[in-house]
Formats: sequence, C-alpha cells, structure tokens
Amino acid sequence: MPELVAAHTRLFLLEQLRVPVGLLASSLFPAISMVAFVVPFAGDDPKAATMATGSMMFFGAMAGALINLSITVAQDRELPWNPYLRTLPAGPLPRFTGRILATLAGTLVSIVPVLLVAAFLTEATTTPLRLLLGLGALVVGVVPFMLMGLFIGSVMAAKGAIAASQVLFFPMAIVGGLLLPPAMLPDFVEVISPYVPTRGVAELLWTVTAGTTPNAVALISLAGWTVVTAIAAAWAYRRDEGRRFS
Amino acid sequence: MTVLARAIEVSRRYGDVLALDRVSLDIRAGELVGLLGPNGAGKSTLINLFVGLRRPTSGVVELFGGSPGDPVARRGIGVTPQETGLPETLRVGEIVDFVSAHFPDREDRGELLARFGLGDLVRRQVGGLSGGQRRRLAVALAFAGKPRLVFLDEPTTGLDVKARRTLWEGIRSFHEDGGTVLLTSHYLEEIEALADRVVVVGSGRVLADDTVRAVRDIVGVRRVSLVAADLPELPGVLGAERVDGRVNLMTTDPDRLVVELVRSGTPFSGLEIRPTTLEEAFLTLTTKESAHA
Repeated sequence: MPELVAAHTRLFLLEQLRVPVGLLASSLFPAISMVAFVVPFAGDDPKAATMATGSMMFFGAMAGALINLSITVAQDRELPWNPYLRTLPAGPLPRFTGRILATLAGTLVSIVPVLLVAAFLTEATTTPLRLLLGLGALVVGVVPFMLMGLFIGSVMAAKGAIAASQVLFFPMAIVGGLLLPPAMLPDFVEVISPYVPTRGVAELLWTVTAGTTPNAVALISLAGWTVVTAIAAAWAYRRDEGRRFS
Repeated sequence: MTVLARAIEVSRRYGDVLALDRVSLDIRAGELVGLLGPNGAGKSTLINLFVGLRRPTSGVVELFGGSPGDPVARRGIGVTPQETGLPETLRVGEIVDFVSAHFPDREDRGELLARFGLGDLVRRQVGGLSGGQRRRLAVALAFAGKPRLVFLDEPTTGLDVKARRTLWEGIRSFHEDGGTVLLTSHYLEEIEALADRVVVVGSGRVLADDTVRAVRDIVGVRRVSLVAADLPELPGVLGAERVDGRVNLMTTDPDRLVVELVRSGTPFSGLEIRPTTLEEAFLTLTTKESAHA
C-alpha cells in the first residue's frame, strides 16, 4: 500500500511540475499581495507584519487547496484515464491520498515566495519553533479547504467548479480577515466572521505569530467545518463513483 | 480447462436501455476470443462488467473465481485505456512505471516498449506522441503487469497497416506464451487474423459463439434486391425487408435463391446482388433472432 500511495503521489507531483503555471499562480498571487498591501502599510511594524505574513501564507495555501483542487478533480473526472485507473488492482485510497499529499506539497512550495518577501522587505520576525508551529497550523487549517475542493470537484463539471470555487474563495478570505485585519472590517462582518472557516485558521496563525488569544468560537467552528466538509467530500466522492460505475 | 472469466445470465440496464440481456459467457485459459458486433451491441458493457467498472443489474460476473470489484482479482488482468485520456504531460516511461507499480509481477519496461515499437520513446511526453504511438502505448499498458487475461477494446482502430501488424505480433506472442485474450474489433479481418473463437453480440444478446470459420460463413451473407409484388417461399433466406418498394433478401447462397425465384415463375424486375457489410450481416443475425423470439 505505501508503494501505491507513493506511485500515485509521484504522478500528481509530476503533473504539477510539468505545468508550473498553476504552481506559480498560487505562489505569486499572495507574494504580490504582500508587496502591494503589507509592505507599504504594515511593513515597519514587526507584529503587524508577522501577522500579515501568516495570513498571506494561508491565502496562497487556501487558493491551492480550494481552487486548484476543485478544478483538477473536476477535469480529471472528465477524462477516460479516470475509469482506466479503476481497472488497476487498487482501491480508491492510494489515489485519494496521493492527491491530498501532492496538494500539500504544492501548498508548502507556494508559501516560499511570501516568506521571502516577509524576510527581506518587512520587519516581520519569528523563531524556528514559531515558524514550525505556523506551518503546522497552516497544514491543519488547509484541510477543510481541500475537502471543500474535493467536494466541488466531485459534484460539478470543470467550468462550474472554476466559478464556484472562486465565488467561495474571495468572500471567505475577506470575511475571515485574511486580507484586512478584522478590526478594519465593517461591524456586521465581525459578527459573522467567527463562523467562517478561514477565521479559525487566521486565529491559529495569529496566536502563533503574534501571541494573541484565539477566539474560541472561531476555533470550534473551524473544527465543525472540517467535519462537515469531510462528510460532504466523502459523500460526493461515493456518489460520483456510484453514478458512473454502478 | 480453467475458466478465467465468467458471466452467468448477466443483464445490465442503463435507465430504459437494456444493454445486456441475460448473457452467459465463459473465457477459458489460453483462449483468444474475438468479440464482434455493431456499435451499441453491448460489447463495451460486457468488458466493463468483466474489469470491474460496472456491476450487473442482475446475474453474476466472476473474475478468477472472485468478484471483478475486488482489486485482488484484478491483479491478473490487463486493460487498455482510451489513448485520448493518457495524461499529456507525463513521459512514456513514467506512465509504464506507474501502471506497473500496481502489479506484484511486472514486465521489464524496456522489453515491453520494444515489443510494441516504442523502444526509443521512453523519455517522450505523451503530448508529443502521434496517434498511432499513443494507441500502441495504451495497448502496451495492458501487458505491463504480466496479466493472465487481457481485455483489448478496439486495439487497432485508427492504425495504419504496418502499425496494425506490429500490434498483432505483440498480441500473438502473448497468446503463444499461454496468455488469454478477449478482443473486440470492428474488423472481421482482425478477428480472423488473431482469434480462434468468435462471439457475436447484437442487441445485448450473444447471437453466435463459434469458431472463426463458422462465423465467417454466417457473415458471408449476400443481399438480393428486387422489385416484386408477392414472393413465394424461397430457400436460404436469412432475413427479408421491404424498402421503397424493393424487397431485400439476405442469403448465404444467392445463386440458388435466384434459380428458385426464376423457377417459381414469379414476375420480378430490377434484380441486384450485393455483398453485405459486416454491419448488415450483424443486423441479419439480429433480426433473425428477434423473428425466432
């Protein structure tokens, strides 16, 4: 089984590497946002710059998980390669795991440019331990968005998946406080913000980067979202298999 | 002889369409079986059931005594992907390695590619292959895991004569080493060149299951077309239809039919005798079947 997971992960990674535009997009996007918004407005304040770096890293990771995954899953479903894979002697698990691992690898690559901008152009500071904790929070936090991507990709055609994932992505990023600190958002946004999964991840990242006390409601809702998206993704995956392969 | 794959009274329905209607079929070890039939006859559905892509609506499908849905049972089979779906950005060698990784017993990569005339393309990306090369790669993948039974769905469609011969050689050498093959094709010539046993399917049923020679006699049907009001009972008529005032009679012996027609003294005009296409021959078989039913 580990050998099969490795084979599937390798295949996904190779495909990602051969079309580097996708990887580039999800890494340059947050890096450019860093240069445009964080460097001029918060670059000189170590605490604000560090917090913003955490948010931007997650912004990129979330794009990779939600948008890229929903599109690639939807596109792969439309190719005859997909049913062929089901004739190979393996269950669905190696492919599923391989996809998750390859997406995580892409996520880790996509945050490097943000880290470089933060290190060279701002006063953001951190320690190796905090950086590791931050990466841990990032990996945990990106899971519900991957599951959301899997769900969308499994229930929609590629064109619909592109639209749906974008439509979800930006409001969640803004309402969760990834682009602007929540204090700067309108009051009604601050009321709904803790119930959006992005806010929970942001709280975790701010705790690690700036030592703030995380909002308990946001963390509980993040855990809830993870469970809900897991159930939805598993349901959509089975439904798709059942519809086309029963 | 050991039965490797078996369908017992299998029906498969897609909504209102009955794609397979109580089909029973045994594939025994060492056989090279040709599956012949027009589009929509149920060939692909039957293969999809054997390789675990679909489940029967009723009846039982067995693979090596187990269920095709069980990955362990599928270790012994090889399947050809549609070449249009091969991942464009991957290299030939990478795809072979990936498929091989699923099987406990693997074919040597260089040897496999050489056998299908792809020896010097290991590092080529799929996107840069010609249509024929993709087709051969797709067929080669069916043999990557040293299968006991391979399913080849239209393996040479769209290939030129030379590439087709190369592929035939590959399939033949696998069969000579004891491998079992289930092959579908539009080309009677291809089935004749490779198979010992032919199964003809039409409208979801097995219409004939016999040697190549016997099936060839069935499909060696001629169409005798003429204008006539009423026809007497004529010998060897497999099927008859009226189209635009003409009567079309299907027969394997047009000479005898015409002799009998003239002897009967029935007035007729506009006599034509034409060979039928494979498609028409299948239709004859199909209508004959429904006439008996």
